[in-house]
Amino acid sequence: MSDPSAPPATRPSLLDIRGLSKSFGTLKALDGVDFTLGEGEIHALLGENGAGKSTLIKVVTGVFARDAGTVRLAGREIAPRSAKDAVDAGIATVYQEVNLLPNLSVAQNLFLGRQPTRFGVVREGEMKRRARALLFDYGLDIDVGAPLSSYSVAVQHITAIARAVDLSARVLILDEPTASLDRHEVEILFSVMRKLAERGIGIVFVSHFLDQVYEICDRVTVLRNGRLIGARDIADLPRIDLIRMMLGRELAETTHERAASQPDTAREVCVSFKGFGKQGYVAPFDLELRRGEVVGLAGLLGSGRTETARLVFGAERADSGEAKIGGKAIRLNSPRDGAGFGFGYCPEERKTEGIVADLTVRENIVLALQARRGLHRPLSRREQDEIAMRYIRMLDIRPPDPERPIGLLSGGNQQKALLARWLATSPKLLVLDEPTRGIDVGAHAEIIRLVRELCEQGLALLVISSELDEIVTYSNRVVVLRDRAHVEELKGDAVEVSSILAAIAADTAPAHEAAS
Amino acid sequence: MKASTSVAITAFVLVAGFALCALQFPNIASTRVVANLLTDNAFLGIVAAGMTFVIISGGIDLSVGSVIGFTTVFTALAIERWGIPPLAAFAMVLVLCALFGAAMGTVIHVFELPPFIVTLAGMFLARGVSFLLSTESIPITTPIYSAVSDFAIRLPGGGRLTAIAIAMLVILVLCALLLHLTRFGANVYALGGSRAATALMGIPVGPMTIRIYMLSSVLAGLAGIVFSFYTAAGYSLSAVGVELDTIAAVVIGGTLLTGGQGSVIGTFLGVLIQGMIQTYINFDGTLSSWWTKIATGVLLFVFIALQQGLMALARRSSLKPAGAKLAGAKSPEVKPAGALT
Ligand SMILES: Nc1ncnc2c1ncn2[C@@H]1O[C@H](COP(=O)(O)OP(=O)(O)OP(=O)(O)O)[C@@H](O)[C@H]1O
Ligand SMILES: [Mg+2]
Repeated sequence: MSDPSAPPATRPSLLDIRGLSKSFGTLKALDGVDFTLGEGEIHALLGENGAGKSTLIKVVTGVFARDAGTVRLAGREIAPRSAKDAVDAGIATVYQEVNLLPNLSVAQNLFLGRQPTRFGVVREGEMKRRARALLFDYGLDIDVGAPLSSYSVAVQHITAIARAVDLSARVLILDEPTASLDRHEVEILFSVMRKLAERGIGIVFVSHFLDQVYEICDRVTVLRNGRLIGARDIADLPRIDLIRMMLGRELAETTHERAASQPDTAREVCVSFKGFGKQGYVAPFDLELRRGEVVGLAGLLGSGRTETARLVFGAERADSGEAKIGGKAIRLNSPRDGAGFGFGYCPEERKTEGIVADLTVRENIVLALQARRGLHRPLSRREQDEIAMRYIRMLDIRPPDPERPIGLLSGGNQQKALLARWLATSPKLLVLDEPTRGIDVGAHAEIIRLVRELCEQGLALLVISSELDEIVTYSNRVVVLRDRAHVEELKGDAVEVSSILAAIAADTAPAHEAAS
Repeated sequence: MKASTSVAITAFVLVAGFALCALQFPNIASTRVVANLLTDNAFLGIVAAGMTFVIISGGIDLSVGSVIGFTTVFTALAIERWGIPPLAAFAMVLVLCALFGAAMGTVIHVFELPPFIVTLAGMFLARGVSFLLSTESIPITTPIYSAVSDFAIRLPGGGRLTAIAIAMLVILVLCALLLHLTRFGANVYALGGSRAATALMGIPVGPMTIRIYMLSSVLAGLAGIVFSFYTAAGYSLSAVGVELDTIAAVVIGGTLLTGGQGSVIGTFLGVLIQGMIQTYINFDGTLSSWWTKIATGVLLFVFIALQQGLMALARRSSLKPAGAKLAGAKSPEVKPAGALT
């Protein structure tokens, strides 16, 4: 860890940050951080949840006022005081939290504040034409006049990225842009990033996916607890060393073995579904969820994973088939029904939809539990404190302060608190949609360990994940989905990354042959 | 899609209601009645246009009724007592209104206070100042007023489209253009979608907020001037409670109280519906005029319920694969809104 701030030898420096500090009250979110970005360089900014990555970005782009430090862009000192100033200076940013407007059209979102006008009137046609052309480069061919909210999170993210890129800035900052993209979309994004880098644009890339970092980045800068740990060329940095820099300790390598699987018929069935489905949503499927067992749902984005989860929980009403508990058919028409049977559902869009930003971490954690008990049986303050502290410790939520408004936590820590909310209800069946998204390597391992532990305690789990390694690690069975239908169920030794991939990709070729 | 559905529903209610009224009182279906309706509600249409901007941007302006009252008193005093030429008096009062709106917008933005509180304070302030100026009704006798009142375009069927009705229609068209066709308008919708996101997208949120409240106050000022033409007097107690009628018209017109969605056309339809109820009650002759309020209340209720229903429907339909296609083989996952919160 010597000489942490040595500038890259080869490239002329574009963005030069020295001694940047920022405190929130007594918390030092950034403490004298240096950062150097070269022209045409793709530079990863890494660190655990709460390390200060997003804060660094917000201070540099003027969203937060800085306490100390200088920022130079191409040798000229800049001090933006708002996101707009930063854009004007030539720094375009996609912030971690969704920063688009769901009620406006895709085209308006792309061009807000810089729509083509004639005599003050926005030229809708021209704007839409340009928006289409812009998104076409990202492999999207959509109706840009439709409101953004009618599209998937992935499309929304690509829109945000396309907007930032199109500002033709000299520096492009992407804070966890790939968190909700699938492999194909990530590839498109990467090819765009490479093209931009060739043009000399410097790119800052924040991600918890180390594979992606090794694939696309030239250099890394690592932060821990608001301090700079070091900056390295990625080529000379083995992964083990990188993880040690991030965590300050070794990562226990237990996470990648598969749990020993037992014959699944031995377990008690928690809930079973027969011919369960909904027209135009998910094709009817059979599914048995057993106590003490993890069922993984694998498939591409849009293959019907989230849809399946919502049907199982009752968030969406099935129009065919039946669900049974203990041999008796049950009514599963609303989330309330689901919750009543002891089901918990941690949706994917936790950040925007799950948290109540102004409430404290404690209040957010006990929310679902309190709702289940009803208003006339309030949890005592002592119980609340106990529950909150237990999960804060268990999930390592940082800072470990139950009285902090949750909105002030880093993105990853907010997600952990939401997971805690559902765990606190001690459900019989827990549905987790992408539980490790946006969570750092250390906590990632923790969550995988936790999933296994819960399972040993007799919980039935249904877990959606795009990371096949992860799914293989904890699942007893894996259901593979394709085009909104369940196509294969893998058990026992068949649960392998390669066989899941094969099932996912068995798609078009044979199907077409059969059709023709 | 959703916005236009609520406007369509409002239009349907208006047409159906009008047809029912006309069945009972065939005389209602005449240009005369319709033109009168426009004249009687000209000031309401003008404030409601401003309120539409405020509500779409996620705010609320409770001060408009008081600003109308203040404007009438100030105008009457300026013309009748201080001997200021009417046009100069109008200009002065509009500048005062603009400053007042700018001040409210600034307070809302800088101190991050809820618009409800700030404009409530503004409401008391403006009303108080009008009382300070004068507590009695001041008739306006200047010739311009009678000239303008006499001006009207004759419509076939005996209706008279008065100057103030024309003023309202022109202002509504301008406001619709501003809201739907300009960057300013897009920013208004953006603010209603999410303030934080709008700021992060590099839109100057502060100046936008200030301008929106300025616009609302200036339109309230214009409405006040129109009101003074209508009554030919200035009175500090005029237009009490008009802010609520205005909000009702905007909401009935399909604008979401939570912001982010709405239209000037819808608001215009909302104003017409209120006017229609009033006309019906006048025709009936036996009903107390308070029935207007009751009918408006019921309608508001129905419309808000309808909006909620429509939103739930839209949420359902958005779960079906939307028209999006990735260039790859698969269609994107369509995310439903939150299930559990
Ligand atoms: N507005 C705020 N007020 C108070 N504290 C804050 C605020 N924003 C962030 N923090 C705190 O600053 C620290 C750094 O947070 P930051 O969001 O920069 O982390 P991060 O590295 O981006 O983490 P993640 O990977 O989870 O996104 C955290 O401890 C967080 O709680
Ligand atoms: Mg972050």
